[in-house]
Amino acid sequence: MTRNLYAEWTKLRTLPGTGRLLLALVMLTVAVSVAAAAVVSCTSSGCGYDPAKIILFGVQAGQAVVATLAVLTISGEFSTGMIRTTLAAMPGRVSVLATKAVILTGLTLAAGSVAVLASAPAGRWILLGNGFPPESLALTGGPMLRAASGSVLYLALIALFSLGIATAVRDSATAIGVVLGLLYLFPAVILMVPDADVAKILWQISPMNAGLAVQATTHLAGLPLSPWAGLGVLAAWATAALLGGGLLLRARDA
Amino acid sequence: MTTTVNRSGPGGPARLLRAEWTKFRTVRAWVVAMTAGSLVIVLLGLSSASGSHASCDGGPTEAVCPAVPVGPGGEAVEDKFYFVHRTLAGDGSITVRATSMTGQIRKPDVTPGVRNVVSGLVPWAKAGVMVKQSTRQGSAYAALMVTGAHGVRMQHDFTHDVAGRPGGVSEDSPRWLRLTRSGDTLTGYESTDGTDWAEVGTARLSGLPARVEIGLFAASPGDLTVTRGDLGGSVSAVRFTEATAVFDRVDLEGETSGGAWRNDDIGVTEAPDGSPHHPGRASESGGTFSVTGVGDIAPSIEGQTVERTLTGVLTGLIVVIVVAVTSVTAEYRRGLIRTTLIAVPRRGRMLVAKALTIGTVTFAAGLVATAITLTFGTRILRANGNYILPVSWLTEVRVVVGTAALLAVAAVLALALGALFRRSVGGVITAIVLTVVPHVLATTSVLPDTAARWLLRLTPAAGFAIQQSIPEYAHVLGHYAPIAGFYPLAPWAGFAVLAGYAALALGLAVVRLRRRDA
Repeated sequence: MTRNLYAEWTKLRTLPGTGRLLLALVMLTVAVSVAAAAVVSCTSSGCGYDPAKIILFGVQAGQAVVATLAVLTISGEFSTGMIRTTLAAMPGRVSVLATKAVILTGLTLAAGSVAVLASAPAGRWILLGNGFPPESLALTGGPMLRAASGSVLYLALIALFSLGIATAVRDSATAIGVVLGLLYLFPAVILMVPDADVAKILWQISPMNAGLAVQATTHLAGLPLSPWAGLGVLAAWATAALLGGGLLLRARDA
Repeated sequence: MTTTVNRSGPGGPARLLRAEWTKFRTVRAWVVAMTAGSLVIVLLGLSSASGSHASCDGGPTEAVCPAVPVGPGGEAVEDKFYFVHRTLAGDGSITVRATSMTGQIRKPDVTPGVRNVVSGLVPWAKAGVMVKQSTRQGSAYAALMVTGAHGVRMQHDFTHDVAGRPGGVSEDSPRWLRLTRSGDTLTGYESTDGTDWAEVGTARLSGLPARVEIGLFAASPGDLTVTRGDLGGSVSAVRFTEATAVFDRVDLEGETSGGAWRNDDIGVTEAPDGSPHHPGRASESGGTFSVTGVGDIAPSIEGQTVERTLTGVLTGLIVVIVVAVTSVTAEYRRGLIRTTLIAVPRRGRMLVAKALTIGTVTFAAGLVATAITLTFGTRILRANGNYILPVSWLTEVRVVVGTAALLAVAAVLALALGALFRRSVGGVITAIVLTVVPHVLATTSVLPDTAARWLLRLTPAAGFAIQQSIPEYAHVLGHYAPIAGFYPLAPWAGFAVLAGYAALALGLAVVRLRRRDA
């Protein structure tokens, strides 16, 4: 296992794209969070905004970079034929996927933490200037801590979900289309569906809507799922994608 | 054998297009994907339409919704006000002095269940003089009015609004209003003292009959509050308001029939027991009239829009992006690009031919899909009791053709990005982040409306404005935000932003292709 890990780590580390993508993840997340915080202000009569969602808003853009990294981790091997070399060296196909998943999770958790740790204080500072009450922005408070740590986990689960899809689909363009489609289209479709019950069900199974419930710190009673249960939905998607990808990797010729 | 003309020669446009079309058509995955993309648009649209039922009482029995009046221009309107009027035959005029305008607004309850009513006027509360074709809702009219916060206005046929002088009315600063009818032409004048008159505007109501209703009116649109929905989107709530205006020195010129003024509460809604719900009222003593009205005389924006049936377009767009990017990156991956460039040494032309091919294919597939979806989707929605805001056939054609063109131009943008990056992932992700993600963030996220509007002005997602069928009305208070389906740019302006991005990307791709080894 250690040797597998080392091999996969070497492969990912020596790709020129990896470092750039991780840097892009941090930069994009922070930039979008800061931009979102800058445009929101709070009137004296009250705020309609959830401060945690604003200062962690960049996660919604950063997840696209995470998906790219995850898809490239495996589909790059399929498109170049490298996968055959890999499987000749490590015949345990599921363990190849598991190793890739471990490395990818580690990298995403690390870069995601940096992104969140930079976004939250910067966003908080801006929101305080825009008139948000300081008590709603206590970074060490329970809900805010949950939102921040949950966002890092969210990014890691997006990576695993994308890895599973890419393993199943193999073609990089299709994989990225499927992943981003599943992430971004649910919210749009929910908005278009006039039936409230259908919209609620769609919300509960949507990886992005349910998963980002972990960022909610206000109006928790109005959410169709509790924050951690929402992240659980995304975890279920990631598990299903990885299982499907693993089974297909075992069953098919590479 | 030597008669080959340049146009069909090896590098001629016809040959190039044919070569690119052959490449596209013979890759089964692309044809399948394009067909699937169209099917997704149709199926998502029709299934979401057939799952949407509406009835008007919310109880176990289905009730038919009351008909929404339609104005002279064919748009849905709200035509609800209190009218004190007489019948005028031929030309004539009405002159009044407005001395006061007051009202009540119901605010959100502070203690649940206890009505929280404050005195005040909503900005578009309106009262004044009017000439109207008949008391039928939706009939042609012209009116000169004082408003809650927008000064004197001259409005006609619901969608037209001209500003007069700003300021409100009071005992100390009354406003004189005069509306004259001469054939089809109505002219409004205002004055502060009854001697110096200034023209506010004119309206031509073509086909106005000789006998019209002329008189005093008052109306007050509901107070709007917008909150965010728990599932994304926004929830608008409209609460009761009323406006009372006092007029004196009423002077009617022309041939009026009957001696008495008649009072009509136009369009008043009835409670289940048959009594009027929030009725208006009027009284007269010694030539001074007090008129109280509830409602509005304006285009209605409450209802579903035809473009709501195009739910599947975003999904279709992602499929189109993947196909368009792959159609160029696959050549790089397989090395086919070198063969292509040997056959067509003029690299720019080759890329333009590719763009034309993918654009045309997408446009054709998109047009079929959107035409079917919009035509049948709106029928299904109407059959299920949903109210769809009526629009002219020209607007429907613009939505259908525009959406197909949106897909086609986005495909060209994606293809150009694919040629720039030479890698599918980079191309697909950039195209999606530029076109789909801004739209999703602007319409569904926690972003405030101002930020959402900027996203839809500056990014290629501005092109979605082509789908908006109901315009924004400056004289109707509404939640005109992307979250409610209103785009910051006019339809073709938004489309031009997308087209600009596509042209820029294609230009950069051509330059890059010429300068770099393949």
